Amino acid sequence: MPRMTMIEAIRSAMDVSMARDDNVVVFGEDVGYFGGVFRCTAGLQQKYGKTRVFDAPISELGIVGAAIGMASYGLRPCVEVQFADYVYPAYDQIVSEAARLRYRSNGQFTCPIVIRMPTGGGIFGGQTHSQSPEALFTHVSGLKVVVPSNPYDAKGLLIAAIEDPDPVIFLEPKRLYNGPFDGHHDRPVTAWSKHPLGEAPDDHYTVPLGKAEIRRQGSAVTMLAYGTMVYVAEAAAEEAGIDAEIIDLRTLLPLDLDTITASVKKTGRCVVIHEATLTSGFGAELAALVQEHCFYHLEAPVVRVAGWDTPYPHAQEWDYFPGPKRVGEALLEVMEA
Amino acid sequence: MAEAERLSLHVPEPEVRPGDTPDFSKVVIPKAGSVARPPVDVDPKEIRDLAYSIIRVLNRDGEAVGPWAGTLTDEELMEGLRHMMTLRAFDARMQTAQRQGKTSFYMQHMGEEAVSCAFRKALQDGDMNFPTYRQAGLLIAGGYPMVDMMNQIYSNEADPLKGRQLPIMYSSKDHGFFSISGNLGTQFIQAVGWAMASAIKQDTKIAAGWIGDGSTAESDFHAALVFASTYRAPVVLNIVNNQWAISTFQGIARGGSGTFAARGLGFGIPALRVDGNDYLAVHAVAKWAVERARRNLGPTLVEYVTYRVGAHSTSDDPSAYRPKTESDVWPLGDPVIRLKNHLIVKGLWSDDRHKQTEAEILDTVIAAQKEAEKHGTLHSGGKPSTRDMFEGVYETMPPHLRRQRQKAGV
Repeated sequence: MPRMTMIEAIRSAMDVSMARDDNVVVFGEDVGYFGGVFRCTAGLQQKYGKTRVFDAPISELGIVGAAIGMASYGLRPCVEVQFADYVYPAYDQIVSEAARLRYRSNGQFTCPIVIRMPTGGGIFGGQTHSQSPEALFTHVSGLKVVVPSNPYDAKGLLIAAIEDPDPVIFLEPKRLYNGPFDGHHDRPVTAWSKHPLGEAPDDHYTVPLGKAEIRRQGSAVTMLAYGTMVYVAEAAAEEAGIDAEIIDLRTLLPLDLDTITASVKKTGRCVVIHEATLTSGFGAELAALVQEHCFYHLEAPVVRVAGWDTPYPHAQEWDYFPGPKRVGEALLEVMEA
Repeated sequence: MAEAERLSLHVPEPEVRPGDTPDFSKVVIPKAGSVARPPVDVDPKEIRDLAYSIIRVLNRDGEAVGPWAGTLTDEELMEGLRHMMTLRAFDARMQTAQRQGKTSFYMQHMGEEAVSCAFRKALQDGDMNFPTYRQAGLLIAGGYPMVDMMNQIYSNEADPLKGRQLPIMYSSKDHGFFSISGNLGTQFIQAVGWAMASAIKQDTKIAAGWIGDGSTAESDFHAALVFASTYRAPVVLNIVNNQWAISTFQGIARGGSGTFAARGLGFGIPALRVDGNDYLAVHAVAKWAVERARRNLGPTLVEYVTYRVGAHSTSDDPSAYRPKTESDVWPLGDPVIRLKNHLIVKGLWSDDRHKQTEAEILDTVIAAQKEAEKHGTLHSGGKPSTRDMFEGVYETMPPHLRRQRQKAGV
């Protein structure tokens, strides 16, 4: 299989989708001629022409609102919001319009759009380039929310999202674009070319939405993670010497509850990890579901490790980021309980 | 050192409030027929004055005059009158039905019937409107069955939207009527997106966006104008200026700009103001704008100058924020009476015929209402199932919703 970075995999997903379906269009800020600030759309305008891949004004609500109109016509827009931190102007269009269109029109109009956006921290992006707003979308009926963690999944999930009949929020952990990151920021960066998941077929394939993947089999504790935190979980478990089962959720909504409950019932312990702030984060939903469905199998309280409830800081990035040390401490906490 | 002059905040106020004498003397009304009709491929720079005038066709004597006259046949004019009368009768019955507790909410069109009824006749089948809640004339004039509208209003077992949406937030793809959101302004940019899609696919269909004077203050309005201007989308962008946004007079949204139409000028979008109570003028301007879009000449911004005679909805009382008799002195008159007088002047109509038609229409509306009520009203008779509540959130119901549906016992 060809080796790919996550950027190349995402680009390949759009390329494959555009080649297969004339109704797929791609637009957003800087995505046309320039190919996107992270290069995810590089070369697509040259290949598919400027009426299918084009630059948009700096108006996230305009980008999403126009995409909704296009989708209701019959296109399948895959739009880019330059950073997840910039999605808020489009929030009304996403929540009140895209998410409810099928429901309120009883299926007369549908909204098969994908809204891609780089998410998460680890790049010294400060509060405007580091946020993880997934919980703002998992709270909305009618949306699907996807967070890939590696090139193979990113491509397969993005193609599945583009082909999905409903609106999909596609959050791309930007710290993973060029390589996996386990939170050890002081160590040399690993490239996808050296990682087993850094390869993907050139052709069309899908990774189904709503299916988690067990990244590491284990018996002592279940670690629920997604995006960058999958690698942090792996590092923390290894360093603590704990036989953890690590589940990469991949899709947060709809959630693969069966995989989660099967694992927690087996291990009896659960640590939930995400970069986003703790309070009312997606981890709260995960913890609640685990206690609802696995209470009598639990040996210890579910522990959450998350970003602190502060805005995402700049200089203190590594104090904020839930790295392997904090995750390791949480592992010991649930193991000792 | 001298003390600096202190600042003060300007908060606009309408000319009059309850208890005052209504006064529209500052509303400048150009003579019917006095505004030029440019070719549709005119350079927008050449017609900037149209954003500050009012295009009118019917004069005080009920005659159609000037360069915008003559877009409709006698039969089409009579049909237009019938549509407006139907909408008015429909509104009256449904307003009463709400008072009788047969539904939770209603919004009527009194005074604004010409806008949506005439606009619809300038479109072709396949074009798409992105309406607000006060354009039901698009459905009436587009041949959508009244009984289906009523079923939606009643949220009954035959409601095409399965009881999921607030009354009057209709949706009919087959009639070029996009699902009404109820959130304000959001659909203006969606209309532009739909039009862009039509252009991307090299189709021949065009879109029409709708917004009220108050909602032009939403960012969505600005985004729509930017996108429409940038991509020259085949869209007609309609602002219905009915003077009032619930209790807020139009000056709060308009601010220092002379007119709402003038907002288009900075975008290089041709902007026209039209007498919204003049069926002929609305149709003529709509036709002009639709032709521009159809010929790939780009968007047009149209401001319909009209007056909301009734309350905003069944939830407010206008006498609390404006003089009770203000609508009586609205200088552009009543759209139904004006078209009726025109038809009488043309020898096509009479008072007797009008009364007879009114009675016929009322019978039709009552018959539709009886038919609809067979399927139930909001609190009695047949209603959509609890199962319908869970369906249609996604194309395929995900596991968590299926679990919740089971928990709900359906």
